[in-house]
Amino acid sequence: MSLALIIIAISFAAASGLPGLFLSRRTVWGQRIALFMMSISTILGLAGAFLALVVDQSRTLIFPWPAMGNSIVGIDSLSAFFLVPVLLMGGLGSIYGLGYWPQLQHIRNGRKLQLFWGLLVAGMSLLVISRHAMAFLFGWEVMALAAFFLVTTEDHMNESRRAGWIYIISTHIGTLTLFALFAFWRWATGSYDLKPIASDAISLTVMNVLFFLSLLGFGLKAGMMPFHFWLPGAHASAPSHVSAMLSGIVLKMGIYGLVRFLSLMPEPPYLWGSLILVLGGISGLLGVVFAIAQHDLKRLLAYHSVENIGIILMGLGLATLGRSADRPEWIVLGMAGCLLHTWNHSLFKSLLFLSAGSVVHSVHTRNIDSLGGLAKAMPWTAAMFVVGAVAICGLPPLNGFVSELFVYIGLLGAGITDGSLVAVIIVPVLAMIGALALACFVKVYSAVFLGTGRTDAVAHAHESPISMQIPMLILAACCVAIGLAPVLLPPMLDNAISSCMIGSDVPAISIGTVVPLKAVSFMSVLLVVLVISMAAFVRLRNRFPRCVGTWDCGYACPTSRIQYTASSFAQMIVAMFRWVLHPHMHWPHIEGLFPKPVKMHSHVDDIILDRVIMPASGKFEKWFGWFRRFQQGMTQQYLLYILITVILMMSTMIPFKEFITRLFAR
Amino acid sequence: MTDKIIHILLLIVMPPLLLGVINKTKAWFAGRNGPPVLQSYYDIIKLLRKGMVISTTTTWIFIAGPVVTLAAVLLAGMLIPIGSFNSPIAFAGDLILFAYLFGLARFFTTAAAMDTGSPFEGMGSAREVTFACLSEPAMFFAFLVLAKLSGSLTLTHMLHGPAEGFSSAMAAPLILVSIGLFVVLLAETCRIPVDDPNTHLELTMIHEVMVLDHSGPLLGIILYSAAMKMFILGTVLLHIILPFQTRTMWINWPMFIIELLGLAIVIGIVESIMARLRMRHIPGLLIAALLFCGFGFILLVRYNQ
Repeated sequence: MSLALIIIAISFAAASGLPGLFLSRRTVWGQRIALFMMSISTILGLAGAFLALVVDQSRTLIFPWPAMGNSIVGIDSLSAFFLVPVLLMGGLGSIYGLGYWPQLQHIRNGRKLQLFWGLLVAGMSLLVISRHAMAFLFGWEVMALAAFFLVTTEDHMNESRRAGWIYIISTHIGTLTLFALFAFWRWATGSYDLKPIASDAISLTVMNVLFFLSLLGFGLKAGMMPFHFWLPGAHASAPSHVSAMLSGIVLKMGIYGLVRFLSLMPEPPYLWGSLILVLGGISGLLGVVFAIAQHDLKRLLAYHSVENIGIILMGLGLATLGRSADRPEWIVLGMAGCLLHTWNHSLFKSLLFLSAGSVVHSVHTRNIDSLGGLAKAMPWTAAMFVVGAVAICGLPPLNGFVSELFVYIGLLGAGITDGSLVAVIIVPVLAMIGALALACFVKVYSAVFLGTGRTDAVAHAHESPISMQIPMLILAACCVAIGLAPVLLPPMLDNAISSCMIGSDVPAISIGTVVPLKAVSFMSVLLVVLVISMAAFVRLRNRFPRCVGTWDCGYACPTSRIQYTASSFAQMIVAMFRWVLHPHMHWPHIEGLFPKPVKMHSHVDDIILDRVIMPASGKFEKWFGWFRRFQQGMTQQYLLYILITVILMMSTMIPFKEFITRLFAR
Repeated sequence: MTDKIIHILLLIVMPPLLLGVINKTKAWFAGRNGPPVLQSYYDIIKLLRKGMVISTTTTWIFIAGPVVTLAAVLLAGMLIPIGSFNSPIAFAGDLILFAYLFGLARFFTTAAAMDTGSPFEGMGSAREVTFACLSEPAMFFAFLVLAKLSGSLTLTHMLHGPAEGFSSAMAAPLILVSIGLFVVLLAETCRIPVDDPNTHLELTMIHEVMVLDHSGPLLGIILYSAAMKMFILGTVLLHIILPFQTRTMWINWPMFIIELLGLAIVIGIVESIMARLRMRHIPGLLIAALLFCGFGFILLVRYNQ
């Protein structure tokens, strides 16, 4: 039942953009049909996914596929868990697109966006439910290519094209790694089926090779720290609901791949868990540090995805350590943290990107320092952004806190019982990540929405249409619901965790027994009640407060330019981390008694892309430039190459041995 | 049950007294008479009865700032044990909620400050969030030490750990941690040498400058929650530096009050004999606190192995 629903949902999603292609570019109906089909797909798919998740039924279905033996798709709780955000965001993004990217205003690329949006959702759903390497790769490539066309939706802009190329190169490095991974998998296990490996079937070396290949291939997609370089550009230059999808959902496919692969492996060595934990710590810390230094609203959010992937990886690393050490509570806490943070991040990151999109839609700029005071013109968007910001900082009473709590309790438990040193180091790192994320979101929220407008762009700001508000509202409601009632989660989480643990013999325990979710719920609700009642009290006592301008030390003509900008807000932290950020400052030259107005600006390049890959590829270009000598475009030269090649090939046919023996036989 | 009621009463009533004691100590050092010890109560009550003046630039965040702060600090106060008594609310992992409630308070305080669009308040918020990036890990290291000592993730057990089974092996880590936590306390409650609650120069301040535009009841709430924060962090510190308790339960309450007032006097002495550090040296101080707590943990781990 659930699998049938999901397959119907996938076909609806895949086909959603097609009718539009046969209609005129100048009609709204193509987009409406796409929206309708995506909504059906979302409703059916979510029903199927929740059915599979709550009832914990696992089903597989075999499609004959002559070239590759049989292709298998199947649903279990883990697949269903990852399907939920994919399908939810598929539907919500379509609704959002109605207001954000209407066909009539984007005649050139509206249909393209709808077509590839549907394909992206279908591709991801397919890869999540596949149980066969080929089906997995098929879904993976559909996802990767659809995402490429979505990133380059505005392909008339240089920035989009550049981001798209970097994205497609890196995603294909990832795909090639996956080819190697699955070829190796086939060699090691004897089939392309993704089934758990028995513990004595393969040697440790083979396991290590498989693990590092999967870490590279899936890590590239997930945006783990050294492999994140494609991410900020691609996520910043796509349309905002696409950014939400890419950042919130597509990255999670890398996480899904890792989780699935680790669940198929027999008991992992200690090294793996520690390595994942360390990588998680690095991604988390550097992700948020780079985010703080950004001036572009969407680039900043994209770097925060790197940070959250880091937190997810911490959970996964802890669970992997737990499997090595046979500690069920580490497995449960780690996996629960990893899985729940996957959900949470897809909720609040999509929410933040949609609110950012709403800002971009209204003021047509992404530069944080030229905004300000938008909360007056766009109260809804501002409120939604606050919800997203509080959630992403992991603060109570919203959902981010619950998943970070799991990870914290797991890490602390690991730290105090065994003194597992990696886990111990990660705890303060996670605390620092939390504090830095808070700094970053106070910065971005206050620079964009609070104070007064810094440029004229803000003067014409307006609230977004209702079709853009509804998806934000639904996402925010999900964040609040998970935050206030985490007691609802254990059944789903337990099922998902148990389906990752098919191969292992560690006894399963429920997440509800290791974390006092009721107490957390109680405290969250108490907090909300306290805040609301006190705010109402203060507000009712002072119904008509006196309103005057902000105190300005008696300065006669304050302007909006005297406000603290986002860059000045972040300056101390950027200075603290200058050893990794290497900020570029462009100081102006000031001279004379009455200097002219001058400008200074600063920017921070990406650590990998701009400091490693670009210089390295420049070097490669220089070296390989030598080969240009052979490529001059003269026909005679190419004829010469052909002649040389033919001679070389023919020379292999000369029976040298016989020739020589005959020569010396005389 | 009586203990819980006394806990909540103390939490609500006592905090402003600490400010009074600190100010009295400082006045004594300066050779003045100083304001009455209860002056903070009078201030807060008077402010609560006044009207509000609100900047035209602000939005609802401006009111949410103080209110959320008070709610968060109040709830955090429910999680810590006072003296030898258990906290009213305790569960495994409550230390994380404790730390993150302060985070929530910081988010809304700084956002409310930024809401006015004033450059001074921007400065204050930027400093507040920056310094928290160093004091927060220090606090977690301290919690790690306590959790390791007591083998529990519940604040009540963690903080009672030193008192229940004290051994000489615990002394060195606890001393390091208490130095670190004392610095964190000074930084989080904005006392000298990190911040000067008395100056009028906005350029030198952190906390006071963030609340320049708050007035009337909102300012009262801010003063009150700042005092409560000091009460809470001071209580945490007292568990570590004075892990003594008597068998007779009713003596423990007055003993705790005396200990806390003693801590307030110590803070007052530190404020009187030290100058405020230059702003760019404060990260150094906080990193030192972080290292103290970190080394405390390393010592503990090495000893146990």
